[in-house]
Amino acid sequence: MKEVVHIGIPSAPGPDLQELLARVARGEQEAFADVYDAVAGPVLGVVRRVLRDHAQSEEVAQDVLVEVWRTAPRYRPDRGTAMNWILTLAHRRAVDRVRSVEASAAREHKAALLAHTPEFDEVSEQVETHLEREQVRRCLRTLTELQRQSVALAYYSGLTYRQVAELLALPLGTVKTRLRDGLIRLRDCLGVSA
Amino acid sequence: MTRSDDPHTLTGAFALHALEDEERARVEEHLAHCDPCAQEVRELTETAARLGLAVATAPRRGMRDDVLRRITSVRQDVPRAEPESGLPRTSRRARPVSRWALAACVAAAAAFGGTALWQHQQAQDARDQTHQARKEAREQSQELASVLTAPDARTRTGRLADGASATVVVSASRNRAAFVAAGLPEPPRGKVYQLWFDDDGSMRPAGLLSPGRDSQAMLMDGPVDRATGMGITLEPSGGSAKPTTVPVAQMLFPA
Ligand SMILES: [Zn+2]
Repeated sequence: MKEVVHIGIPSAPGPDLQELLARVARGEQEAFADVYDAVAGPVLGVVRRVLRDHAQSEEVAQDVLVEVWRTAPRYRPDRGTAMNWILTLAHRRAVDRVRSVEASAAREHKAALLAHTPEFDEVSEQVETHLEREQVRRCLRTLTELQRQSVALAYYSGLTYRQVAELLALPLGTVKTRLRDGLIRLRDCLGVSA
Repeated sequence: MTRSDDPHTLTGAFALHALEDEERARVEEHLAHCDPCAQEVRELTETAARLGLAVATAPRRGMRDDVLRRITSVRQDVPRAEPESGLPRTSRRARPVSRWALAACVAAAAAFGGTALWQHQQAQDARDQTHQARKEAREQSQELASVLTAPDARTRTGRLADGASATVVVSASRNRAAFVAAGLPEPPRGKVYQLWFDDDGSMRPAGLLSPGRDSQAMLMDGPVDRATGMGITLEPSGGSAKPTTVPVAQMLFPA
C-alpha cells in the first residue's frame, strides 16, 4: 500500500492541516481558527455548488465547520488527508440536504441541470484555488462527454446515479461504469494517490 | 443478482455520494472486507475532493466570527476506540480473504433464488443505527457469511406457493443455520413471519423476518443443537413464544 499523500493545495505555507486538526482534536480553539481559514472557502464552494441557494449554503457550510470541530478527535489520518475528510463531509451534508428538500427536483429541473456543468467562474482570491481549478478543468477535458456529464451531475448537482441515468436516458449499469471509469481517469490525470 | 449489482463496480458512485442509503450501507459493508475496493474508494474519494477544491469560494466575512463563536459552546466527541463507518483504514499488510468477502462472492455467483446475501436487513437500516447496533449488525453479517461459507455448509431449498422459495443453510461445525427467502408474499397487516427450529416436533423460536421485504437472508437465532428441521409461521407482530398458526412451510434440515 502507498503512503498517504497530501493532495490539492500545493504545499501552502503555514502549519500543515493535518497537524492543525490534531491540535483541534485536543480542544485548541486557536488551531481551529487556522483550520477555518484553510477550509472554509472549499467547504462553502462544495456546498454552494450542490445547493445553489446562497442562504442555505452558508447554513450548511457553517454546520459542516462546526461538525469538523466536534468530530476532529475522530479524524484518522491513516484513512486519508484532512482536506479530503472535510470536503467529503461537506459534500455528504450538502447532498443530504438537497435530497431531503427536493427529492423529485431532478425531473423538474432537467434542462437546468443539463446546462449546469461546472463553470469555475466564482470569485476567489486564493492563488492555490486558481491553480487547482485550472488543473481540474484541464483533467475534466480528458474525460469523454458521458463520463464528464455523469461525474459532474453526481458531484456538482448531488444526484444519485439513478437520477443521472434518468436524466441522461442511460441504463443504470452504464452510469455506474461511467462514474467509476471517469473518476479513475481523473485520478490518473490529477496524480491522486491514497 | 446481476452483474451491475456487483459492489466492485460501485466504487465510483460511492465516492461521489451517488448511492441511495440502502446501497451505500451495502457497499460500506463490502468495503470493510475487500481491500482492493477499499483502496480504490480511498483514491476516488480523494479525487472527488479535488473536484470540490476546484470550486472553492470566498465566504462572507462575518461567517468566520459566527463559526468561531458557535464552536465555543460545542462539546467535542471523544475519540473512538475502534474504527467505524466511513473509509476502511489503509492496511499495510495483506490480510487473508475474509469469510465475508468470500460470502459476498458466493452470494453474487449463486444468488440463492435471486436473493443477495447483503440484502440483509441489518445492512439496510444501518443509516439509522447507533454505532453499537451497527457493530452488532456487522457481526451478525459476518456470522451469517461464515455459516454460508462454512466448509461443511449444507443447503436445502424448498418451493413455496406463488413462486416463493426458501433455502436453509446449516453448518454443523458452527452449530448455526441461515435462512434465505425469495418472493415471500407480504404478510397480512399486523402479522409477521416467524422462524422456528424443529426440535423433534417441539418448536423453538428462531427469529422474525423483516416485514416489507420479499427477499432476505438472515441468521437464525440461537444454536441448531439437535433441531432436525425448521418451520415458518405467521404470527402477530412481535412474534410468539409458541406457534399459533399452521406453518406456512416446514423443511427438514439437509442431512
Ligand atoms: Zn470488492
